[in-house]
Amino acid sequence: MAEVILRGVSKSFGATAAVTDVDMTIPDGAFVVLLGPTGAGKTTTLRLISGLEKLDAGEISIGGRAVKDETPAQRDVAMVFQQYSLYPHLTVRENLEFPLKSPILKTPKEEIARKVGEVADVLQISHKLENKATALSGGEMQRVSIGRALVRDPQVYLMDEPLSSLDAKLRTDLRIELKRIQASLGATILYVTHDQIEAMTMATHVGVLNAGRLVQYGTPREIYENPNSVYVASRLGLPRINILPGDLFGPAPKGAHQIGLRPEHVTQGEGREATVGRIERLGDHTRLHLSLEGHDIITLADPHAEYTPGTHVKIAPREPLCFDASGDRIY
Amino acid sequence: MSSFSVTEPSKRSKWFAGTLVITYALITMIPLAWIMLTGFKSPADAISYPPKVLFEPTLEGYVNLFTTRTRQTDEFLTANPPETWYEEIVRQYDMVIAGPSKFGERFLNSVIIGFGSTFLSIFLGTLAAYAFSRFKIPLADDLLFFILSTRMMPPIAVAIPIFLMYRQLGLSDTHLGMILLYTAVNISLAVWLLKGFIDEIPREYEEAALIDGYTRFQAFYKVVLPQAATGIASTAIFCLIFAWNEYAFAVLLTSGTAQTAPPFIPTIIGVGGLDWPAVAAGATIFLLPVMIFTVALRKHLLRGITFGAVRK
Repeated sequence: MAEVILRGVSKSFGATAAVTDVDMTIPDGAFVVLLGPTGAGKTTTLRLISGLEKLDAGEISIGGRAVKDETPAQRDVAMVFQQYSLYPHLTVRENLEFPLKSPILKTPKEEIARKVGEVADVLQISHKLENKATALSGGEMQRVSIGRALVRDPQVYLMDEPLSSLDAKLRTDLRIELKRIQASLGATILYVTHDQIEAMTMATHVGVLNAGRLVQYGTPREIYENPNSVYVASRLGLPRINILPGDLFGPAPKGAHQIGLRPEHVTQGEGREATVGRIERLGDHTRLHLSLEGHDIITLADPHAEYTPGTHVKIAPREPLCFDASGDRIY
Repeated sequence: MSSFSVTEPSKRSKWFAGTLVITYALITMIPLAWIMLTGFKSPADAISYPPKVLFEPTLEGYVNLFTTRTRQTDEFLTANPPETWYEEIVRQYDMVIAGPSKFGERFLNSVIIGFGSTFLSIFLGTLAAYAFSRFKIPLADDLLFFILSTRMMPPIAVAIPIFLMYRQLGLSDTHLGMILLYTAVNISLAVWLLKGFIDEIPREYEEAALIDGYTRFQAFYKVVLPQAATGIASTAIFCLIFAWNEYAFAVLLTSGTAQTAPPFIPTIIGVGGLDWPAVAAGATIFLLPVMIFTVALRKHLLRGITFGAVRK
């Protein structure tokens, strides 16, 4: 496993800049999650590190070695693709063996059998090893393609939304399993996802991309509690952060054009009166959709709290995040 | 409800479709059956009018196809009684077998040239199609159009220049010359067909192989080629059928060592004119390799034709 460093990495496709001037250090053994909407440059970043795309500018080093001119094979990275990644003409076993049999690794037979067996056990696909890769369900295919990365011991694992096509239970299981594997191997993983639970539970570092630029990079906690812009604040947190005019609750804090209130930062019982709209009872807690001067505010309430739509409740902000007119955090 | 089912046709329409297909197949097979039957007729039966459907089968045509014969005096014939069943057939015309005919050689030439040019077309075509499909090639569309444009006139239209060129280069009546010529004609078809098939194979497979530690060529060989097998098989059949059946260039450019079967078969002369049973026997044998090749690859051929529809 190795440290991966990106310096001033840029890539454009024709007139479209996919990734612009990204600096990022992925420490050895870190689990880094890249967040961002579609088109933010997450997948391109992975492809640049893997060598599937050539850099326009900047430097990438893996384990202290500049890899700019190396082929994907020489870089010794493993990648899980979002789709289409299993070789359809091979069986599941042959798919898992494929990287081990490569001219670069040339693994001995017994070791191939052992590693494939181990990985198949972890991913619960042992009973499907002799099936054709095309005869699997979507979830099974995705597990095999994760397995094809895990049989190797590469410098870094690159994963592009590997759990996106799995059902909820399997996703939870594999999330825990991936984290366990990562911790026990000390593996370096760069992981792309839309799913904030995956980001919060697995990541040691989170990078937020906006239109090809890395806008914030830190621990999940830092990103959640201390976002540097409205954009970053909106990427993490479910329900999403409430972005409100600065002067909604009396005079605005100095310089604040907008304030950001996480649902848990809305205090009830004092302050201004808001109207209760929708009530979502989720069992362990209740989500309240409130309306104040035409602004929607989502907050949390006790699971057994008695609310009826149309009634009023007093709310006040607690520890608001303050943003200036351009959406940058002031304090 | 079955008569309203969208997916399953009714019994009657199935029966109707079946009858239609079988009738069509029978009609198209009549000339083929005619040729095959004529091969087993005696020369008299072969040209009788009205044509005989029932006749006494004989292997005369096949014996004449594979042998050359000479007329002998009665003394010679009585002194040397026939030793084999094929000698006996020839003796009814007071002839003896002088030696093998050229048919075997010509047939072998067809095999060498037909399969050789098919192999070369597929080999070059696959590489070119892969490059057009995967790499950014300057003026790729123009080049592809240029390749296709070689088929915009019948190849025989350039017969005279090719004839002169081949004479100059010493390629006339050589195996290599014919292989190159048929490859040149087939390559445009091969590139276009194969490019379509390779375009259908998602790049992600090769990218996965590149990351799994393989070079570009190894990824092509291990991942792309097996998945293009269907397309390669159907393209190979088309190439072979063209090269195998080609007549005009073969007449023009070959006469001896590299002569293929198509120009040779019609020239089989029997007693007093064309030996129709021998010609028919030659045509029948000539059909076999393409038939065997097509049957062997028919699973791929069918899948090849429906490839795009099934995958999406």
